[in-house]
Amino acid sequence: MQVPDSTGPDRIFQRALANKEILLPRCDGCGKYHFFPRVLCPHCHGVSISWHRASGKGRVHTTTVVRQKPERGGDYNICMVELEEGVRMMSRVEGIAPGDVVIDMPVTAFVGEAGGAPAVLCKPTEV
Amino acid sequence: MTADLRGKSAIVGTGHAGFGEAHGLTAYDVMAQSALAALGDAGLKLSDVDGLFCTMMEDAMPALMAAEYLGIQPRFIDGTMTGGSSFVNYLTSATMALDAGLCDVALIVYGSNQRTASGKLVTVSRPPAYEAPYNPRYPISAYAMAAARHMHQYGTTRAQLADVAVAARAWAQHNPEAFERGPLSREDVLGARMVGDPLTVRDCCLVTDGGGAIVMVRADRARDFPKAPVYVLGSAAESSHRQISQMKDFTVTAARESGARAFAAAGVTPADIQVVELYDAFTINTILFLEDLGFCAKGEGGAFVEGGRIAPGGVLPVNTNGGGLSCVHPGMYGIFTVIEAARQIRGDAPGMQLDGIDLALAHGNGGVLSSQVTAILGSQATL
Repeated sequence: MQVPDSTGPDRIFQRALANKEILLPRCDGCGKYHFFPRVLCPHCHGVSISWHRASGKGRVHTTTVVRQKPERGGDYNICMVELEEGVRMMSRVEGIAPGDVVIDMPVTAFVGEAGGAPAVLCKPTEV
Repeated sequence: MTADLRGKSAIVGTGHAGFGEAHGLTAYDVMAQSALAALGDAGLKLSDVDGLFCTMMEDAMPALMAAEYLGIQPRFIDGTMTGGSSFVNYLTSATMALDAGLCDVALIVYGSNQRTASGKLVTVSRPPAYEAPYNPRYPISAYAMAAARHMHQYGTTRAQLADVAVAARAWAQHNPEAFERGPLSREDVLGARMVGDPLTVRDCCLVTDGGGAIVMVRADRARDFPKAPVYVLGSAAESSHRQISQMKDFTVTAARESGARAFAAAGVTPADIQVVELYDAFTINTILFLEDLGFCAKGEGGAFVEGGRIAPGGVLPVNTNGGGLSCVHPGMYGIFTVIEAARQIRGDAPGMQLDGIDLALAHGNGGVLSSQVTAILGSQATL
């Protein structure tokens, strides 16, 4: 996907995804990460934000299964993943049955595709 | 609002229209019929209304559309859209506007034809950008994730969630205005079609048509109307997020703050409240709000609702009209929490009328547990 070259926070995030990278915004003032990307820090309201590559290490904070008839694509998972940087985002755990996703399960975030565009997805972490 | 506004305004009329299926009517038709019903209840005319408090699911300027449809030219208007909590929130702005003399007759009104128009939830809001790609089903996926977290953290069970729906149905069975009045058991809820784990279709509110309206005036003239006035003793809001992915703790809502401030303004405590009307879009809502409003401790909501404890004859009457789960849920339910609370106090509830109700709580929820608004209403005796 072609993402226009731009400095806006959403553009930076999306452009990184298009390059198979998960970049997260972190406030230079208070040092905390936040998500979703924006022009200020929601914790301390500082405006100096820098971008850092996510480790991909995460844990399922909560989960549900969207039940759907097989002819319409079948059931799928929706979850909230908490990344080790301290941010939470919506995602989907792939590679296991949607109902087998459980809270606190260790997962690895990666850039896959959702809704026809690059998106952060998760897979169970091999232990 | 603060204690300074305690009892400064009163509800002198309530009305509704189009419950269930309003065939052939638009959402604005249902809105207008509701307005006429409430004004009739108050012995007033549309031409008396000079303050309008309204939002709808239909378009971007619903309050203006409503005023135009009603043929009125309000001198005070509030169309603040916080989802289903909007109509409880208007109790605060109407009280302020009345007290400041910005209007003399406040009309809070809503209408929807979502069931006959489309058969599903009507919404004008766009899916949030960082959630939409995963295709969550709104709003159930959000509430399902809150329920899953509550179960994980506190051991709340699906059977306890089911008991919320069973209690709502038991109240609805006494209410001829309720849309769903058939028998419903815990097993029925648990065995119903799963739509968003852990919630089955019976853990979810109805999809109906319907509208509601409330007429308010300043307290100094509240006794000049046909029905006993119901005073707004306290009302307060707290907003915590818009997107479910931004909710800090999936097991705690901003009802903690809205409730505490509403109780402080009214000068009462949860133990004083005789009847509780909560926005029960999903069974988990009732459990979360009972905890956050202080009727039980955090994590004990499941046990609190278990086995008919909030049903007729239980320890605390909750959602005495049958709630959004069994009475009516036309997209936004908030106004009906206030209407049922007011009618219990007036003594003309459509279903089971409880004896000697002087203090009631109405709680509105908007978005995905995003906006919480609590109101405490009282009879003349509570002033």
